[in-house]
Amino acid sequence: MKEPLIQIHGLKKDFGDLEVLKGIDLDVQEREVVVIIGPSGSGKSTLLRCINYLEVPTAGAVTFDGIPLNGDANINEVRKEVGMVFQRFNLFPHMTVLDNLTLAPMKVRGISRKEAEETAMVYLTKVGLAQKAQSFPDQLSGGQQQRVAIARALCMRPKALLFDEPTSALDPEMIKEVLDVMKKLAEDGMTMVVVTHEMGFAKEVGDRVLFVDEGYIMEQGTPEEIFDHPQNPRTQSFLSKIL
Amino acid sequence: MDFDIELITGSLPLLMTGAAITLEITVLSVFFGMVIGVVVSLIRLTNIKPLRWLGNVYVDFIRGTPLLVQIFIVYFALPAVTGSHVDAFFAAISACSINSGAYVAEIFRGGIQAIDKGQMEAGRSLGMSWWQTMRYIILPQAFRQIIPPLGNEFIAMLKDSSLVSVIGLEELTRRGQLVIARTYASFTIWMAVAIIYLIMTFAVARLTGLLERKCQTK
Repeated sequence: MKEPLIQIHGLKKDFGDLEVLKGIDLDVQEREVVVIIGPSGSGKSTLLRCINYLEVPTAGAVTFDGIPLNGDANINEVRKEVGMVFQRFNLFPHMTVLDNLTLAPMKVRGISRKEAEETAMVYLTKVGLAQKAQSFPDQLSGGQQQRVAIARALCMRPKALLFDEPTSALDPEMIKEVLDVMKKLAEDGMTMVVVTHEMGFAKEVGDRVLFVDEGYIMEQGTPEEIFDHPQNPRTQSFLSKIL
Repeated sequence: MDFDIELITGSLPLLMTGAAITLEITVLSVFFGMVIGVVVSLIRLTNIKPLRWLGNVYVDFIRGTPLLVQIFIVYFALPAVTGSHVDAFFAAISACSINSGAYVAEIFRGGIQAIDKGQMEAGRSLGMSWWQTMRYIILPQAFRQIIPPLGNEFIAMLKDSSLVSVIGLEELTRRGQLVIARTYASFTIWMAVAIIYLIMTFAVARLTGLLERKCQTK
């Protein structure tokens, strides 16, 4: 087996007195789709944010593609390769959609505007929004904004994508268009770690489902194992509440 | 209380050149104040403790002491220590710029902190450095938000620059004093001076309003 793309060992994270992550071990293989579920405040978003060091772990090690993360020294190098999609989209409101997509590739990868714009149009087409290239973010619906945010992450040609509750801020009728884009990415073989409350997506697209609670991975397995035969009583109780 | 039109038209050229100097001092001071302000506001947002402390001391000192005293320090106190003469114009610009810088630093800090922190996270997670994200994402958005308070700062400096009359710089207020010393027409000239200030501040207020609307529609 190839070395895992993302390796997490003994990860702990405190916020002052509050221990959010108490010891997480997780390997993510290339092309794998890992879905993290769990109650609010369980630490699942914090876990995701530790992978690209938006949160700096209190203890433990995160290794990406063989590079051990060590804070400021190489963090930008790793972030180039790991895209992130946020709950609140976080598009740059003062720029057109196209400029949102081309900024980082030009400034970080140093490619020409022409090449960046060609790449941007490829991914905008992929998320079905090529006609919105010259629009500003606030002229788009929530679902469209999130698809642009996904395209923006893809423009860096990342090796993995992190999704932090990508549909939680969306109106119900817009959730599907975003999940469809994510499904397509999974089919194309993108490595993905997804924090979500969309159990349908977890079942259908996830290769592996993690149930996180109280700062630990309580249980993990295939979607069938987790959803149809959960072993841990906490998993059972969580699923009984939401399904 | 005569309102002597002939006196006004006669002294108007003198007052207007004074107004031009007032405007010059204000534009230069707010410009250098913005340069200082951007640097200081960024310094105060970094994690480098001594720099942050220095920035705080600067802002607290300037905001906690009168501009008039600051002008005296630059024009009288510092040359007394160093033994070198300071030109009045240079002293006026220095004192006003340093003064403006502290207020602009506060304005910028407010503007930067008002930007959603998700913007910095989005920029950083794309691999951009802190500075790149500041420059391309945060500051352009902050600039739009601070146009109204920057306009206010400009207007405040336009009025406060009258204080440099005490070191003999012949801006609008000093010119008014000089005309009165010659004509004794205190009421007429002070009213004329006030109206010239009013016209200038009103014009600046309208200009910032226009600029604000232009940036919002984009």
